[in-house]
Amino acid sequence: MALQDKYKELIDAASAAGVNDLNVREQDGVLYIDGATNGTIKQQLWDTYERLDPNYASGDLVMNINSVAGISEGAKLKVTTNSSNLNIRKGPSTSDDIVGKAARNEVVTLVSKANDQWWLIKTDQGEEGYSFTQYLTPLS
Amino acid sequence: MKKNINKLMAAILVFAVMTAVLPGCKSTPKDADLKAAIETLLQTKPVASGTTVSVDKGVATLSGQVTDETSKEELGKAAAGVVGVKSVVNNLSVAAPVSAPVTIAMDDPLTAAVKDATKDFPTVSASVSEGVITLKGEIQKANLQKLMMVLQALKPKKVDNTQLVIK
Repeated sequence: MALQDKYKELIDAASAAGVNDLNVREQDGVLYIDGATNGTIKQQLWDTYERLDPNYASGDLVMNINSVAGISEGAKLKVTTNSSNLNIRKGPSTSDDIVGKAARNEVVTLVSKANDQWWLIKTDQGEEGYSFTQYLTPLS
Repeated sequence: MKKNINKLMAAILVFAVMTAVLPGCKSTPKDADLKAAIETLLQTKPVASGTTVSVDKGVATLSGQVTDETSKEELGKAAAGVVGVKSVVNNLSVAAPVSAPVTIAMDDPLTAAVKDATKDFPTVSASVSEGVITLKGEIQKANLQKLMMVLQALKPKKVDNTQLVIK
């Protein structure tokens, strides 16, 4: 239970924020926190995590807070790559061929979700394919 | 002296008779009746399975285990609501929630997902072994949170970044 004490502030914050399906478990020396919420709360929880464990160096927590569970088809998404264009691929993996590109900060539309990592999107130019969700931020 | 002893004996006798008779005279329900009444009430509540009741001089004690705090309070109030119960000692314990074991991604899909996730961080190299993602190379501190967010969402066993140089 020591990890639950170490991350008590984080767990309490997640409960207080009303994170959906919040699940906190400890297994083999690692604490697992899962749940779903919006992007703002996710950011706050991650900032708390970083404060309690600077640089996430301990490797004793795996926090999986899904902030895109509530995003539905037809939603507008902004391309938030670090600098480069976003690849649009034929299938949901980097081994699939690139069929198009979306520029940084361009707004695209969610067509469907293949999984948590890959979404089928469509650009305003009509290019359609799979992109990595890491680089897509829902416009709210 | 003998007279005094007789008086004392008489007093004790009177006292004994009164203690034996008095509870029968009062309208207070007997402990056994209260216990039965509470048990009947609790039987109607599914959350009460796994609990027991004892009553002593009108004080009901609830023991056993329930699944959550709400059930504990509910049962305590229910017992207190039985006519004749003076007070309730709520010794019910709340069981730790039974949760499913943690799902750890298999290495092959995890390796593929990690490769995709770290693509935007060319100075970082990642390897996967038995669910553990080990990071090497270097990263700007400003990008660390984003990388960790993505990697921890892939259901790894853990993420080890102790060999990663954070600049």
